[in-house]
Amino acid sequence: MPTIAVPRDALFEALGKTYTDEEFDELCFDFGIELDEVTSEKEMLIREMGEEKAEANDQKASEQVIYKIDIPANRYDLLCMEGLVRGLLVFLRKIEAPVYKAVLPSRPHRLLVKPATAQVRPFVVAAILRNIAFTQASYNSFIDLQDKLHQNIGRKRSLVAIGTHDLDTLKGPFTYEALPPEQIKFVPLNQTREFTAVELMDLYSKDSHIRHYLHIIQDKPVYPVIYDKNRVVLSMPPIINGDHSKISLSTRNVLIECTATDLKKAKIVLDTLVTMFSEYCETPYTAECVEVVRADGMVEKYPELRYRNEVVTVCDINRGVGINEGAESIAKLLTKMCLRSQVIEGGKSIKIEIPPTRADVLHGCDIMEDVAIAYGFNNITMTLPKTSCVAKQLPVNKLSDQLREGVAQAGFTEALTFALCSRDDVSVRLRKELATIPAVHISNPKTLEFQVARTTLLPGVTKDDIGQQEHAPPDEAV
Amino acid sequence: MITSGSWRTKSFKSYNFKALGVPPAAGHLHPLMKVRSEYRQIFLEMGFTEMPTNNFVESSFWNFDALFQPQQHPARDAHDTFFLKDPMYSHTFPMEYLQRVKRTHERGGYGSTGYQYSWKYEEAQKNLLRTHTTAVSARMLYQLGQQEEFTPVKWFSIDRVFRNETLDATHLAEFHQIEGVVADYNLTLGHLMGMLYEFFKKLGIEKLRFKPAYNPYTEPSMEVFSYHEGLGKWVEVGNSGMFRPEMLLPMGLPREVSVIAWGVSLERPTMIKYRSEQHSRVGRSQGRSANGPR
Repeated sequence: MPTIAVPRDALFEALGKTYTDEEFDELCFDFGIELDEVTSEKEMLIREMGEEKAEANDQKASEQVIYKIDIPANRYDLLCMEGLVRGLLVFLRKIEAPVYKAVLPSRPHRLLVKPATAQVRPFVVAAILRNIAFTQASYNSFIDLQDKLHQNIGRKRSLVAIGTHDLDTLKGPFTYEALPPEQIKFVPLNQTREFTAVELMDLYSKDSHIRHYLHIIQDKPVYPVIYDKNRVVLSMPPIINGDHSKISLSTRNVLIECTATDLKKAKIVLDTLVTMFSEYCETPYTAECVEVVRADGMVEKYPELRYRNEVVTVCDINRGVGINEGAESIAKLLTKMCLRSQVIEGGKSIKIEIPPTRADVLHGCDIMEDVAIAYGFNNITMTLPKTSCVAKQLPVNKLSDQLREGVAQAGFTEALTFALCSRDDVSVRLRKELATIPAVHISNPKTLEFQVARTTLLPGVTKDDIGQQEHAPPDEAV
Repeated sequence: MITSGSWRTKSFKSYNFKALGVPPAAGHLHPLMKVRSEYRQIFLEMGFTEMPTNNFVESSFWNFDALFQPQQHPARDAHDTFFLKDPMYSHTFPMEYLQRVKRTHERGGYGSTGYQYSWKYEEAQKNLLRTHTTAVSARMLYQLGQQEEFTPVKWFSIDRVFRNETLDATHLAEFHQIEGVVADYNLTLGHLMGMLYEFFKKLGIEKLRFKPAYNPYTEPSMEVFSYHEGLGKWVEVGNSGMFRPEMLLPMGLPREVSVIAWGVSLERPTMIKYRSEQHSRVGRSQGRSANGPR
């Protein structure tokens, strides 16, 4: 479950209300997120480095209170302060959910995909945030959200990698290509000289952060790279951006590109970024389209920012949750969850508009859950199902319980041993050849103690006996 | 001494009622297994039938895919799950059902959009040590879906599950999962809460509240919290939910049938029941001597 850190005072200011820790914890609980920890930058630093070092190392670490909040793994729209505040304000009925728009200019920017990218990272989507005004806080949040998306839905950049660029430093059309590493040469982010892709892989093999992403393309014959019209490198995904187009606090026009091995996830990531941060654009909640020309010539426009309609019946909702609410009331409850709803068919059904921020809604059951959350799980009346069944024990468990009781009554002490052990435990240590033992072998154990599933109880019991002798007086064991 | 009266002149040591005495020779059942018996009893009292969980090796298909857990889900990482080297793959699956599972992941259906990715058979074939007993529930529900006529069921299991962890005081590679499943027509979230209330009441836990949560195979999903008098705060004691239609409908279960389920670890509610003095004991026995030699 991802955790986000938000400054408490700024959060309360945005929510327009000051809460006690307990009150905010309650609000989180009802909404389905969790206030995990109340801390501060200083406390976090001290925990990481020890008190003295932290004092010496950084005078700037502030004591302002930070809330660490656990977010459900499928709610990408709550992974930054902007989204969290929006979600809570709508939940509290203080604002209405904004309507997000993708605008196609008369001459849109184009991103041309070359066929070779199919060999390494086939998909790319892009969008532009026009006339954005960052503050230090919103800029930091923008960077943080990219990191959160990389780690979660992007599966550590293997499925989706994001690059953000100062559009005013570049000239379209852009091309998404895949080239042999020795042919790629550029100044990477925060470096002063040019490196070839080969040199970069070496440079970053020692980087505590970036080295974790190298394996994604390391062994490929070609590496993905995005160029502008003048062959300026925007990025070499999923490793690093170019230094030339890096964004700063004063950037006004941001080009966002997401490259991917999973197109659906790339679209979700792009939609998430633009819905969250278009808030700071001159025309809020609006993003400019980029045309992506696929290798086969098809032209697609991104971001999609698609609204989808679902229809659920009032009866299904009530029957699933175990409540008895009217259509109007259910529609109102759904509106609290950023799902605009409208009563149709004379109150029998509800039409729901799923916004691009709610990629987690796949089915009517997701809508039903939102009704239940908005209603309040703890307001639902508990009832017992009328299901009537005759119980039965599993025969083998019944038998082994009878044996256990009997043996214990005969004076033996029961040992509970691991089902996993080392290869030697079932072979060498029992004076047997491993090849003759038909054991289940594990391919990726983190410790040598879990290499195979036991084939006999003996190693476990003897190990337990050794353990007992170390910790307590010896006992009979079974 | 009494007849001669000599006791009058003797001096006696006073009785020591605090002496331990000679311990009687006795056998012992393992504490964790005693708690297991208690849970088993509760389920049996509530009319639940025990599921056959006596297979630790499972295919990714039943452990994940059948539960509508996408193939890129982090839980399917080698980092978290024990995959097998030998035998590496499973080869027998109910193929028609497998095709329906594939289609539901890729393109949805049954009212769902699906995950819209390319589902790979090879990924589903990979064998592993089951990460939850819900893999067995999936097999059982599939069997139930094959019945000519649906019959309501109440099932439970208490058995080992595996996670690829390095052992320390708070992490185990093997632990016990307790699971309860009810399948019937028109079950509601209110029913699930009522069931959980009765279940925990039998353990002496009556103060419950429910938090919305996310689980890939249940929707709605709820975490169950109980008030811990010793710690003076709410503690999570279990996870629960209603299985997603994307999991149930490909199995062939009727559309009006809902399946409610919950999972608890063997150790946690015990800690709450016995208050904080036992906190360390349960915690330690879980981490050390109780299960395994360390």
